[in-house]
Amino acid sequence: MLLYALRRLVYLIPVALGVSLLVFALVHLAPGDPISAIVPPDAPKEVVDKLKEYYGFDKPLPVQYLRWLGVTLTGDFGTSIGTGRPVATEVATAFGNTIILAIAATLLAFSLAVILGTAAAYAKSRIVDRLVTFISLVGVSVPHFWLAIVLVIIFSVELGALPPMGIGPENATGWRLDGPHLAHMVLPTIALSVIPLGVVTRTVRSTIKEILGMEFVTALRAKGMSDGRILLHVLKNAAPTCLAVMGLQAGNLIGGSILIETVFAWPGTGFLLNSAIFRRDLPILQGTTLVLAFFFMMLNLAVDVIQTMVDPRIKRG
Amino acid sequence: MSNLLEVRDLCVTFVTPDRTVHAVNGMSFDLRRGETLGILGESGSGKSVTLRSILRLHPERRTRWSGSIRLEGDEVLEMGPRALSDLRGGRVAMIFQEPATAFDPVFTIGQQIAETIRRHTGKSDTDAWRRARELLELVRIPSPAQRLKAYPHEMSGGMRQRAMIALALSCNPSLLLADEPTTALDATVQIQVLLLVRELQREFDLGVIFVTHDIGVAVEVSDRIGVMYAGKIIEMAPVAEMVDAPQHPYSRGLLASTVHGGMRGQRLEAIPGAPPDLATAPTACSFAPRCRFAEARCTAAPPPLAAVAEGHQVRCVLAA
Repeated sequence: MLLYALRRLVYLIPVALGVSLLVFALVHLAPGDPISAIVPPDAPKEVVDKLKEYYGFDKPLPVQYLRWLGVTLTGDFGTSIGTGRPVATEVATAFGNTIILAIAATLLAFSLAVILGTAAAYAKSRIVDRLVTFISLVGVSVPHFWLAIVLVIIFSVELGALPPMGIGPENATGWRLDGPHLAHMVLPTIALSVIPLGVVTRTVRSTIKEILGMEFVTALRAKGMSDGRILLHVLKNAAPTCLAVMGLQAGNLIGGSILIETVFAWPGTGFLLNSAIFRRDLPILQGTTLVLAFFFMMLNLAVDVIQTMVDPRIKRG
Repeated sequence: MSNLLEVRDLCVTFVTPDRTVHAVNGMSFDLRRGETLGILGESGSGKSVTLRSILRLHPERRTRWSGSIRLEGDEVLEMGPRALSDLRGGRVAMIFQEPATAFDPVFTIGQQIAETIRRHTGKSDTDAWRRARELLELVRIPSPAQRLKAYPHEMSGGMRQRAMIALALSCNPSLLLADEPTTALDATVQIQVLLLVRELQREFDLGVIFVTHDIGVAVEVSDRIGVMYAGKIIEMAPVAEMVDAPQHPYSRGLLASTVHGGMRGQRLEAIPGAPPDLATAPTACSFAPRCRFAEARCTAAPPPLAAVAEGHQVRCVLAA
């Protein structure tokens, strides 16, 4: 199993190189060149050339790529054009904030989805099943930024119960595990969890329903197993399919939602990307994209490894 | 001598909002301890439904039962959930048609046998695994210790069915229900499994109900054979008599439609028509529409069960 995980890790190297190539190309795909973004339009040509030489833009592209890759691998992602702070620090802070929100939303969405989906699949009355199907349909259909605004209007503007924006109380820096910070998390967590809730509930419901119709469930009943024990068998069978969907949803959440983080002014990666796009802050864009892509790959790897652990039929070859 | 199992006037009806199916319509039979009863019938004749009713495996919400199923004097149709789950896998065990789908694919064979032993005997995990290993030896699975750690997909069809038999015998049942256990297997493996079932049945003095549509298989394993049609037993006789002197036109047709050596070039005799739709409960002889000998009285009322010899009963007006 460990060997399998290690081999999969090695397979990630070419993928990671591909990603880095794309991220590098970002600079050259964008209209204009990076130098014209930082110098005034009327700068003399000698200054521009000097800058190009200073930043290495006069070298051929492959050389530029290798140099950039070498520097990036040491953890140096460059300096933000917008703030002048190192990209690594900016991205790390934003990423930490997004992760906190993503974990909360993931826990909320997945636990609720497993309970609702299982209940619907087991439901003897059609009403329960219909109700859950309706909830999951709403989850995937309602625009989550709209829901976010509605939540703010109800709970912050009308009821005044929860803070409408920010990561914590004013003039507090960073995130801490305390009441005021948790209160700030409630609304963004809910808004962020609706899509994964809908998607995962639907998957759990249909997977479990299919498994319940299988012969081995009848065979388990025929040998006198308790309902709880049968549920254990069913859940383990449903796990690989559900985990695959959960992995993708968790990946989306870690990517951070530009819309949700913008509505709640949550200083995460989505928020950072949004401002970087408007400021044409290429180093930030590159750094964030690279880190996110890396995390997405690791998450997929984790899901694959867990799947092979749960389902012996998946070949470890 | 008291009977192990007594089934009386069993009717099983499935009711869904869309339609109703009268799957079993008045089954009555007895099974002695240590006896093997073969139930022969084509698809949809209600043989599997009857078998599964003995464990009450059908969804409670959509199934209507009437009549009586008594196991060693206990009424199965009136059992509470606790008694029922003690019965299942404990006093009555079942082997399924397709061992590939009857085992949970993500648990090992050993886990699945051991959990059954733990459930019914209260043995410790270690003792349950030791017993599981003995059982695999009993059904002659080579290198049993390794096989316990195997997943169902890592075994061959015949091996899986042996493991299924080991699972069924794990808690010393007095009644074994076999639902076409050889249908999904290769011919050579079929015979091995049949011989194994017969041998174990004798060794443990098991009552066995063996459901099949294969006449050869039924003749091979059974002491008595009951032929089912449209949810009823239409003829019941000891094996030799069923083979030599079947009385009911359907039994005769069924036995005539088998293929055996020395028939090359001859036209195979088939029964014309198809089994009846069971949306309504039959009010007359269900076979009459396909019967060559049908008369007016066949469609007027259900034919009575007539005894034509010791232990040989036929549900046909011609035999009465």
